[in-house]
Amino acid sequence: MSISTVAKPGGQADAPKKGIWGYVKRHRAFYLMLVPGILYFLVFKYLPLAGSFIAFQDFNIFKGFSGSEWVGFKWFQQLFEYPNFGRLMRNTLIISLYQVVFAFPLPILLAIMLNEVRKMAYKRIVQTVLYLPHFLSWTIVFGLSYMLLSPTNGFVNQLIGRADDGIAFLQLPDYFRTIIITSGIWKEMGWNAIIFIAALAGISPSLYEAAKIDGANRMKQFLHISLPGLLPAIMILLLLKIGHILDSGFEQIYQFLNPAVFETGDVLDTYTYRVGILQGQYSITTAIGLFKSLIGFVLLVVANRISKWTTGEGIY
Amino acid sequence: MRIKRSFAETAFDTFNYALLALFCLAVVVPLLYVIAGSLSSNEAITHSEVFLWPVGFNLNNYDFVIHNRVFWRSFGVTAVIVIVGTTINMVMTLLTSYPLSKSWLGGRKPILLFIIFTMIFQAPMIPMYLLIKELHLLNSIWALIVPGALSAFNMMLCITFMRSIPEELFEAARVDGMSEYRILWRIVTPLSMPINVTLILFYAVGHWNNYLGPLLYVTDPAKQPLQLYLYNLISQFDMDSAGGAASVLELSSKLTPQGLQMATIIVATVPVIIIYPFLQKHFIKGALLGSVKE
Repeated sequence: MSISTVAKPGGQADAPKKGIWGYVKRHRAFYLMLVPGILYFLVFKYLPLAGSFIAFQDFNIFKGFSGSEWVGFKWFQQLFEYPNFGRLMRNTLIISLYQVVFAFPLPILLAIMLNEVRKMAYKRIVQTVLYLPHFLSWTIVFGLSYMLLSPTNGFVNQLIGRADDGIAFLQLPDYFRTIIITSGIWKEMGWNAIIFIAALAGISPSLYEAAKIDGANRMKQFLHISLPGLLPAIMILLLLKIGHILDSGFEQIYQFLNPAVFETGDVLDTYTYRVGILQGQYSITTAIGLFKSLIGFVLLVVANRISKWTTGEGIY
Repeated sequence: MRIKRSFAETAFDTFNYALLALFCLAVVVPLLYVIAGSLSSNEAITHSEVFLWPVGFNLNNYDFVIHNRVFWRSFGVTAVIVIVGTTINMVMTLLTSYPLSKSWLGGRKPILLFIIFTMIFQAPMIPMYLLIKELHLLNSIWALIVPGALSAFNMMLCITFMRSIPEELFEAARVDGMSEYRILWRIVTPLSMPINVTLILFYAVGHWNNYLGPLLYVTDPAKQPLQLYLYNLISQFDMDSAGGAASVLELSSKLTPQGLQMATIIVATVPVIIIYPFLQKHFIKGALLGSVKE
């Protein structure tokens, strides 16, 4: 950006000082305001990213970052040879895949359904109710699930008539993923629909009117106007989700997880927390983090290319 | 003027309305069940008599929660974090957003890219933990405030809003000799009130609901915020979290862990429910602002 051609704010037309320093000095108030923010991002976002280099060290908290020995790809090798690594990857990928298949389309469906509601008051009530769970914490959602699914006298066991010998849903590996996906949908379906509701509201009404005159029924209008109008938003959110395919939601999964369901529920992030923070094995768990970022980045680039090629939509 | 609708359309509408009602029911029922349970008697809960309406109505569970010191200690920690944290959040957000809302400012693009990059590549867990440790912030409430002092997403919302303020206002203020700091404080901040309210609510709810931060950085029970307290109360019901050994006797006679957990969940949810009408009014505006590309 060339500095000399930029419009300057009024009252500062005098420009005796030249060069970048003269410019910065003239607008120093603005640059000073930016200092705390930039420092914040440097220290709390970039420094930890850069700190990932300890994945290539035999990091020891007493020797520090500079004193620890370099070990190359030792931790990555150890990670891939770890017998449970397959289980961690499988659980992470399956839960993410279920999220894409089951949790991702529902907000789109909800937005379409709300778009067809003609009674505004009804629409508002539905929206008010469905947005609420987004503002409850995962702890609250876990608490509610714990009560509903309690084997002794939980709501669900009452409902299926097994109040006496209830099923301990939260202790059984077979139910874990279903519970994660369902509670995720319960909490975020309404909130995630907002962006699609906005996309539908942004479609010009004249398109629908023209279609009606041409004799298109509501189904046809939906297929040929609403759906294409939603496609950009759908593709962008899907791409972002694919880029985070190895982040299956630590906060949620950690709370629902217990040793009885590790078989189907232990994911990369929960393992990182247990082994890294609780047991102090910093290097190998940092290697997991780096591995996750790398896979996420590669997937994002590939998916973006495929999306651009097939639908013409992309995030960059 | 009414246009006669086909049978298929009427059927679709009925189905649509019914399904939406079902979704709402699915959201409301778990809350109602826990509210009903928290207000029911000990026997009714253990005999599975409670459905969506209290059986043997009483306030014993709430009485216990209200007099539970450990609960209020965590509540207090969270309250301090919400107030101090949100204040710092707003100062940082306004201070950073104002210069970046000036499209003519040299270096704006690279700085924005520098910030957007952090939205895509999030700080990994272990190096972040080591950083907090190196800064000697472990077991301090600052570990729950400083690492989240500025949200890039909220800052983008703020910038988008500030760009709609006409530049002429600033020029008039500059002619009057106001410094940029005074302009930010006296003109930009009051004019940005709609977005400020939205952001305050976003930040405050974020602090209130924060569980990940305390899980990673706070091990001292005296400093555990509400969400961590709540999780420990539910997942590993122990007398410490229930309020100390003195209450064991009372617990066994009148109360069940389940009733107590339910009442605590409800009390911890109430503040969010109270501000929800304000949230609802403002957050959609915020969420929509975020979807508008610059």
